[in-house]
Amino acid sequence: MLDPTASPRVSPRASGLGVRVSRGQLAFGGTPVFAELGLDCAPGSFTYILGSSGVGKSSLLRMIAGLVPNSKGAIVASDGKPLSGRIAYMDQRDLLLPWLGALDNVMVGARLRGQSQDRERAAALMAQVGLSGQHHKLPNQLSGGMRQRVALARTLMEDRPVVLMDEPFSAVDALTRMKLQELSARLLAGRTVILVTHDPMEAARLGQCIHVLSGSPATLDDGLYPAGSGPRDLADPVVTDLHRTLLGKLEVAIS
Amino acid sequence: MNALARGAVTIAGVLAAWQIFVWVSGVAPFMLPGPWAVTTTWFDHIGYLTEHAAITGAEILLGLGLGTGVGVISALAIISFAPARRWLMPALVVSQAVPVFALAPLLVLWLGYGMASKVTMAALIIYFPVATAFLDGLRRTEPGWLDLAETMTGGKRPFAVLWHIRMPAALPGLASGLRVGAAVAPIGAVVGEWVGSGAGLGYVMLHANGRMQTDLMFAALATLAVLALGTYFSVDWGLRRLIPWQIETAPSDRQTSGG
Repeated sequence: MLDPTASPRVSPRASGLGVRVSRGQLAFGGTPVFAELGLDCAPGSFTYILGSSGVGKSSLLRMIAGLVPNSKGAIVASDGKPLSGRIAYMDQRDLLLPWLGALDNVMVGARLRGQSQDRERAAALMAQVGLSGQHHKLPNQLSGGMRQRVALARTLMEDRPVVLMDEPFSAVDALTRMKLQELSARLLAGRTVILVTHDPMEAARLGQCIHVLSGSPATLDDGLYPAGSGPRDLADPVVTDLHRTLLGKLEVAIS
Repeated sequence: MNALARGAVTIAGVLAAWQIFVWVSGVAPFMLPGPWAVTTTWFDHIGYLTEHAAITGAEILLGLGLGTGVGVISALAIISFAPARRWLMPALVVSQAVPVFALAPLLVLWLGYGMASKVTMAALIIYFPVATAFLDGLRRTEPGWLDLAETMTGGKRPFAVLWHIRMPAALPGLASGLRVGAAVAPIGAVVGEWVGSGAGLGYVMLHANGRMQTDLMFAALATLAVLALGTYFSVDWGLRRLIPWQIETAPSDRQTSGG
């Protein structure tokens, strides 16, 4: 990128990569979590995986991220190659390193890979998440919402075509959470994003494809594909309809 | 009242009780000299005592440096290489199972009456706490940080993860080991001096004891205590500066700050 002041979020290789999971299998201590799981995420879409606590949402995301060594099945990108090295992962905890300042936390990926650190791009991302003046603050000097924004900037800094998010922002208050969800939806537009959540309203507002994970071993339903993309207005009839449908599906899943 | 003032009051109380006991009981000065007698002896021998304190102090610092260096390298080798885990772990445990004091005569025999045997003694005594505390710290890295690093590097750079994540995360653990090490290192140096030496505070104490100069012995003991406290608090201060992100809490903090 020649102009450091230009928006750093859109880069040619950061879009247009779908993700397909087929015959996914995972077991913990002999108990199957998934037996024959399939998931198809269109390039550049926001896919939500909704489910109650303990059903295996986080395990599914960790499996796609390649963090579960004993899983089976095929997880491939739409270009037929493995996903390794092309995903960014964001946990529900900010996972900032407490000994590094905010800007250094944003650039930690390059540091770990032994690459040169692009300070200008990191500073531009910090500005986009609204933290321009906080470059040298240690994580324990920032509020919970600010730490989550640093984590979001770190995720964007990785500039990967696929982004996996495990209940992001669930640790902050409701208003901050809503603002952060809208911010991340805006900044992540164009990438293939897979998110897990237990909140049907979040999925209804932001999802382009919404699956419910349920059962034991867990399976995904066929999914809902609401028109348009998020963030949708809370008063939008599409949102209220989706919310009701998703709550119904969750209720069926539990009973 | 701050901690320093409270400490001074406690010490003054103990010294007063000691002086009163010596006056009232009329115990012979070679059995138990009073604090006043010890203080005057200390000032009479100030040059002699500082000269030997410098030697003991050097032994403590060199021992701390050597023991910490070897301890840190051992812990890093154990966490990084499976063969090191199999071969070094037993050595680490054995190093603590054999009483270091029993090794003192051997060390003097092998390394001589000079500083080398005392430095080795101090290093041996702090090696175990430093190595185990650092190793525990290295093993208990937040799994979420390791997952994040895994997705960022594809698992291809384990040494970068060790250097940038595991090691800084283990510094609070290493600090605990170093604090224990700083507290016990003077014991190692002095035990080494007792077994055989021509210099150092341990030598002064042994020599004074043999000639019934009990007041000089107490003066050397007081000097050693100052040296040991100085070592401990310097190390503690240095570690706090080095690890500013470490949040310290104690259950009693909440009661005092809330009240």
